[in-house]
Amino acid sequence: MGDINTAMTEQYRNNFLKEVEANVEEGQWVKMCMQCGVCSGSCPLGPAWEHPPQEIFMMIRAGRRDEVLKSESMWMCTSCYNCIVRCPRELPITHIMHGLANYAHRLGLAPKMNPTRRFAKMFWNNLTKSGRVNEIELSVGLYFMDGFKTGIARAWAMKDIGIGMLKTGRLNPFGFVTHKGCKDKKGIHKMLKKAREIEDRRKGFAA
Amino acid sequence: MARKEYSFYPGCSSERLTSASNYMVSVEAMCKKLDVQLNEIPDWNCCGASIGYAEGGELPRHVMNARNLAISEQVNKGQDVVATCAACWLGAKETKDRLAEDKGLLAETNEALREAGMNLQYKGEQEVRHMVEVLIEDLGYDELKKPVVKSLEGIKFAGYVGCQTNRPFGIAGESFENPKYLDKLVEMVGGEPVEKYDQKVTCCGGALAFSEPEKSQAQIKKIIESAYDHGADMIVTPCPVCQMNVEVYQGQINKRYGTKFNIPVAYYSQLMAVAYGASAKEAGLNGQIIRAPRLEEIAAKAAR
Ligand code: SF4
Ligand code: SF4
Ligand code: SF4
Ligand code: SF4
Repeated sequence: MGDINTAMTEQYRNNFLKEVEANVEEGQWVKMCMQCGVCSGSCPLGPAWEHPPQEIFMMIRAGRRDEVLKSESMWMCTSCYNCIVRCPRELPITHIMHGLANYAHRLGLAPKMNPTRRFAKMFWNNLTKSGRVNEIELSVGLYFMDGFKTGIARAWAMKDIGIGMLKTGRLNPFGFVTHKGCKDKKGIHKMLKKAREIEDRRKGFAA
Repeated sequence: MARKEYSFYPGCSSERLTSASNYMVSVEAMCKKLDVQLNEIPDWNCCGASIGYAEGGELPRHVMNARNLAISEQVNKGQDVVATCAACWLGAKETKDRLAEDKGLLAETNEALREAGMNLQYKGEQEVRHMVEVLIEDLGYDELKKPVVKSLEGIKFAGYVGCQTNRPFGIAGESFENPKYLDKLVEMVGGEPVEKYDQKVTCCGGALAFSEPEKSQAQIKKIIESAYDHGADMIVTPCPVCQMNVEVYQGQINKRYGTKFNIPVAYYSQLMAVAYGASAKEAGLNGQIIRAPRLEEIAAKAAR
């Protein structure tokens, strides 16, 4: 992973904007930002963003690569689309935030312990395993991601919700064994492998 | 033959014994009364949801959605695709839009799709729509009112629209700041909508309710508090993630903030099913963690 990061740094020496335009989803839009600040006032978890979207766009242009890619900020995006419908320049801000987070994650620069990064990874692995989300496996995985003891504590804190969901028939306690998912799991796995290959090739991630 | 037929994309949260199974139950009851037929897309897969971006990246996410749409084009010919979950709808519709404007991405998508079974090719022939959109645009309030046999009179509802049913696409003719359709549906079934519900389109935190519970619960608290402040008896929503987030964390919020929240959160389809004469069970009311006694009472009464 570290090698890809070095390779990218070399390839785009001193031009982080170019790197973003080439490798980040909807990155070609960044240069259109006119720094009006409307997006930054739109994020529901606003105070938790060290660098709100407007600032991130400014930092990209200023070449502050490490600061941007190592930031927790993009991981605070709730995908609420407030910014997108308000931006006077119609930047697809939500997708750029997702794109930056994904890129940082792929380069191994994203903060290791960020809970949203870890949850998102777990979520994707969960849904791609069978083609559909297995909710019980996902929740248990989430509680126990920091080990057994913390897991028990977290599960205990959540027990009322779990019991409520079970009682009302909204959680399958046997989902570990009975969850079926899609029939064409094999096809879906092959399809996703191919998609990843193509994307990696296009974005220069291919080994 | 049913009056309307759609190619149906239920999404993971609507499966049996999952977090929104009660939504699905009420949608079935509602559609039955409206003579609307939902033809499930065979072997559909998860859309990847918004949060899928981190590990999934771009193309794999579009490919997941394209698979569903391609199966739909092949099997449910000539029908619009309809989703009940805001996130599924958004994911599928975003893929449709992106593939329509980017031929390169379309070619790559189809290259990957060939690896899956069923000989799939995505062409982009079908519209991707939300259930609410279909109800309002294809049937209209007048038609939706016809099967009403019971009034939800005397119940005050805070219509919580949330984000993804509302942005970036939304329902035609509605504003992003103050969409009215949920209030209109409430009026249609005889309930009283909260006119000035100021947290109507506030984000509940979405998937971050799992990863950043404290920050999300601060959002959810605002959404519930405002409903109480305006005298609401219940909250009503069109989105399975909103429903779950606003309903199930009330106990934890009470612990954290010393509040005494205990307000039922129902789906629009549950209101409609009850008004159309469905039993509490048919309307999925046994799926509420915070019971909705007033709706249950009405559901138990004989139709007028
Ligand atoms: S709202 Fe748009 S133009 Fe304004 S700062 Fe944000 S991205 Fe830039
Ligand atoms: S979608 Fe993300 S970036 Fe945009 S306003 Fe919401 S949280 Fe902020
Ligand atoms: S958005 Fe949620 S419900 Fe819809 S398919 Fe994806 S995981 Fe399932
Ligand atoms: S309100 Fe919450 S759950 Fe509903 S769409 Fe927005 S983020 Fe998702």
